[in-house]
Parts: sequence; C-alpha cells; structure tokens
Amino acid sequence: MSTSGTLFEKIWQRHVVVDRGDGYQLMYIDRHLMHDGSAAAFATLRQRSLPLRRPDLALATPDHFVSTATRDLHKMEHREMRLALEQMRTNTTGAGVRLFFLDDERQGIAHVVSPEQGLTQPGFTLVCGDSHTATHGALGALAFGIGTSEVAHVMATQCLWQRKPAAMRVSVDGRCGAGVSAKDLVLAIIARIGAAGGVGYVIEYAGSAIRALSIEGRLTVCNMSIEAGARAGMVAPDDVTFDYLYGRPLAPSNAAWDRALAYWKSLPSEPDAQFAKEVSLDAASLVPMLTWGTSPEDAVPISACVPDPSSAPDAAKRDAMRLSLDYMGLTPGTPMEDIAVDRVFIGSCTNSRIEDLRSAAAVINGRKALVPSWVVPGSGLVKRQAEAEGLDRLFREAGFEWREPGCSMCVGMNGDTGLPGQRIASTSNRNFMGRQGRGARTHLLSPAMAAAAAVTGRFIDVRKLSAQGA
Amino acid sequence: MDAFTTLSAVAVPIALANVDTDQIIPARFLGKPRAQQIGALFHDLRFDPNGQPRTDFVLNLPGYRSAQIIVADRNFACGSSRENAVTVMVDNGFRAFIAPSFGDIFFNNCYQNGVLPIRVAPARADALRAMLSASPGARISVDLAAQTVTGPDGQSDRFEIDPFRKDCLLRGLDDISLTLTYVQDIERFEARRRQEQDWI
Repeated sequence: MSTSGTLFEKIWQRHVVVDRGDGYQLMYIDRHLMHDGSAAAFATLRQRSLPLRRPDLALATPDHFVSTATRDLHKMEHREMRLALEQMRTNTTGAGVRLFFLDDERQGIAHVVSPEQGLTQPGFTLVCGDSHTATHGALGALAFGIGTSEVAHVMATQCLWQRKPAAMRVSVDGRCGAGVSAKDLVLAIIARIGAAGGVGYVIEYAGSAIRALSIEGRLTVCNMSIEAGARAGMVAPDDVTFDYLYGRPLAPSNAAWDRALAYWKSLPSEPDAQFAKEVSLDAASLVPMLTWGTSPEDAVPISACVPDPSSAPDAAKRDAMRLSLDYMGLTPGTPMEDIAVDRVFIGSCTNSRIEDLRSAAAVINGRKALVPSWVVPGSGLVKRQAEAEGLDRLFREAGFEWREPGCSMCVGMNGDTGLPGQRIASTSNRNFMGRQGRGARTHLLSPAMAAAAAVTGRFIDVRKLSAQGA
Repeated sequence: MDAFTTLSAVAVPIALANVDTDQIIPARFLGKPRAQQIGALFHDLRFDPNGQPRTDFVLNLPGYRSAQIIVADRNFACGSSRENAVTVMVDNGFRAFIAPSFGDIFFNNCYQNGVLPIRVAPARADALRAMLSASPGARISVDLAAQTVTGPDGQSDRFEIDPFRKDCLLRGLDDISLTLTYVQDIERFEARRRQEQDWI
C-alpha cells in the first residue's frame, strides 16, 4: 500500500542521500544526541582514525550513569560510573561536541533536554543510542534509537543505512476524562496493539485527543512507541508545536524562523494519505491504567483485577502469564486497588517534565507519602522551574525525596535500584523482569497515579483521591 | 567483521515471547568492559540469587552447551537498544537467531556484528522449538547464500533477507567502509541542504 503523503513519508524522502534500489537507502541524520553510554562508539572511531563528520549537529548530556544524589563527580560512589562520565567529557569535548555536563544546569535526560532546548524540530531526522529516542517524534521529527555500531556510523558519516518502515496511524478521538493522562493513553494503546504490534512500523498518532495534548503529553506518548515495538512515533506539527518551539535557545529565530515555519506547515499528512495499518481508540472510554505483568502490554484499567492465566487464549500466553505473575508475586483475581506498594519512582524520559511533576504534586494535597518515594526531575531546568513553583517543597514536606536529574531508577545503571521483591509504582516505561534491580517488581503508571500510590501505600484510582480531598 | 556464509550447529529453544534485552544482559553489567560481560548472558535467568546455575533454564541443560543458534518466539530481543545484547551472544558463541519477529534495534544490531537474524513463520518456529526440546543437541543448518534454514527434520525453508544486508554479511563488510565510498553524495546532500533549508 502506498504511504505517500504521510508526515513520515515526507520527512523520509527529504533525507535520502543514496538509493541503492534494493530497498536500502542511505539517510541523512540532522541531529545526533549523545549520552554517557557512547564510549564504545568513540573507541571505534579512534581505532579507525576517523573524525566526527559533523560535531556541530550533535549534543551530549550525561544521563544513564549520573548519580541523582549529587552533581559532584568526585562524590559519586561508583567508580565505573565516574569513569564513564569522565570518559564522556574527554570524548565529546575532544571531538568538539557541545556538552551539557554535570556543572551545567541544562544537563538532564537526553530526551528531556533536546526538546527543551529546541534542538528537536519538525521535519528533522534525529538519532541517539537509546531506544526511547522515539520521544522526539512529538515535535514532528523522525527520531529513533540505534545501537552503538550505528552510533559510530553516524559519527563518521552523519548518515545511516535504512530500510523504509511502513506507516501505521493510531487515531485517538474524543476527549480524555479528568484524571486520564497521556501516560494512560499510551498504555491503553500498547495494551491494544501489543508489545510487538508496531514492529516494522513508524506510528503516527493522530485524532482530536492527540491534538488536544500539550507537547509534553505528546512526548510521553511518542516515548513509549518502542514499547509497542515501533521504530518511531510521531505527531504532526501544529500551532501547539510552533508555540512550544518559539524562542527556545536552539530553535531558529528571526527570518530563519519564518522559513522553517513555512516548511513545518507543509509536513502534516495529507487528508488522503494511506497508512499500511490503522488503529483507532475512543478517548472518552479511557481510564487511569497500570501494568500488572512484565511487559508494557500488560496494562489494565485501575478498576480491573489481576488477570487469570487460565483465561489466556493459548498455552504459550498462559505460560508467559504464569511466569510474569510468579515474578510479580501476584494472585489472579486480586483487585489492582488491593495491591500494596513498597516504593514510588516519579521520573524517566517518559514522565519527568514540569507538567508531570505538577500533576503528581497536585495529588499530594497535604497528605504524606507512606512509602519511600522519589522524584527525579528530567533536567536541571525542569528542576529549577519546579523549585520556582514550590513543587520541591510540596514533595519534601510530604516526605518525597527530591533528587538530581538523570535516568535513575528507570534503568538503574547509576545504582538507583529497587530490592528483590520490592513492589515499585513507577512512571517509567519498562516493567521488564529485573529492569529496576534484580527481583524488583515494576508497575507502570502515570505521575498522578504514582503520587496517589505514594500517599495511600497502594494502587488507587487517582480520581477517587481527588474527589475525597485531603 | 567476520563473514557469515553457512552454519550448522546445535540450536537451543527459548519458548518465551517478548524476551527483552534486559533479560539478555541486565543493565548492571553494561558499565563493564566487553571481556567482563561474557558471563552476564541471560544472567538472572541462568543463575539464582546465590549465583548457582538454575537447572530449569534451558541454556544450562548439558545438551545445549555448544549451541550457536537460538530459536525464539515472537518479538525476540525487544526493548533497550543496548548492542551488548548482541555482543554478549557473539562472545558466548551464538551466530544466528531464528524467530517469528525481532525487536527492531536488536535486528539491526545483529548485522553490525556478523550475526544473522532469521524470520520464520510462527508455526515453523513452534515446530523447530518442539524438535529441539525433544532432542537436545539437535542441529539446524543455515545457508545464507541460498537463504535457507534446515531443521532437524530435514525440512528446508527459504527465508527473506535484504540483498544489502546479505551482501555485507557474506563479505564481512561493515557499514562505515561502505558508506565512506559515498562521501561525494553526502557532500552534495549537505550543500543542497545549506541552500534550501539553512536553519537546519
């Protein structure tokens, strides 16, 4: 099926450098985000005596290995992580790449920092050695994660060999009810199409409920595209996008802004554009969601019960469910709202932006966290903004820990991990076995639902809490 | 990069859908040098919390010790982009993966390391895993030039692969050397870009 006239197709065509005619095309990459896991790629370049082709198109910020307890490199307790960070500083500055290091307030999670700075723009191709690079599609860019060999390839050539994926449209129409966030929306989408539902596709999110989202909400939705197996997720640029970008430090300005804007306005999919696959959801039917299992597709409404493997459609699925439930320490039939949590994590490239922190803080309303709860802002600028609004005080007074920016407990590479058997309400993107530490049990949910779990010590429909007041 | 032409080897079945790269190599091993990651393969599935091998995990069964091929289920190696998920497999002797579908980034990362990911029909993957479970140590043969994968039952199936990826694997070519032969095209693209879209 033809996909001409889609947002994805327009961006793709514009970036073909070489077409081999056998399905593979050499694509130009407009922006490259680097984090503290790029040492192997720099080593490849050194081994081959190759320079970075376009250091001016890259931006580096450490996120995976950084401590969230301190900004002082010398005080970071893990030697491996200190070395990774020092190596990153040497590599990037030596190559002439712009770096927001630990002493820079703009440092943070790459996928939070780049949109915040206006580096991510409509129509761009953007890559990073991280699977959550799909995040940037929220601004109408074609953005995807790559492995370290491809990172080295982009460093050396500013290009990538790609086979064009197919286009899928996920339309969400209608209005989300109160208490239903972008996170609930994307969890519902993944539950619908499955963790492999997007393999081989780039998803365009469309429909009135998507248009009604802020850029931050769209970033949350696109961020989890990879959790549905998709290469990338995108939202067509519109006035919300342009308003967001205007005036940001790395966005075009003056006459260049006008030229860019004219181009950006030509990008949205044509009304008759064809998609290889179409899925639609009714926003009005959505409720707060959370996961029960060890795949992001295991998402259910908060009103649901832990599912029963005996109701699985086939033996393979039944075995997989049993394994998940065993790992998660859950009994089929238990209402999700009866499950107690041990710990709460609010952060990650999915949900660590200012609107996320506001929505979590709004739930506190004078209550206290009953379990250890962390808030890890996505960047130094998000942190400063939150502090200017007094959110840090609200969190601290409620007993939450207010941390320094980084990936933190989403991936645990900096040592921020849960303990075996600990049940964690987490605003991150992956509930894989061991993701937050060996034996740790992750439930994915929205920032408001996570805050509700913190102040009640169990999962609860955040809408009930709002209705009750303090 | 090593070339990949043919492979006939013991294959091990992993009968789980959506095996993620966090299972293949947990994040806490990623900061270590590659040489120290070798024992991290499927670490938390292979070893109990006391570091003892789990006797119920398939890679620990004696019949599969010399396996070089994995036959997996849907969406194998999904999740994180960590290329360590491929390199730790290579360092443990694996050269080919057979599954109905793969995590997209892992799939691409395989080609960067001289390893062949093969997509087969779900029913054939089920059948291959059943044969391998019934006869530990059974072999599967792969012929990249002919694009065939032959099971222990002698049934040979053709698989699809992009001509570009096939050519690179057969010759052991890596992408960077190839791309650098197109540097004039890249320069032309950049020059046109500067003229047409100067804000980029």
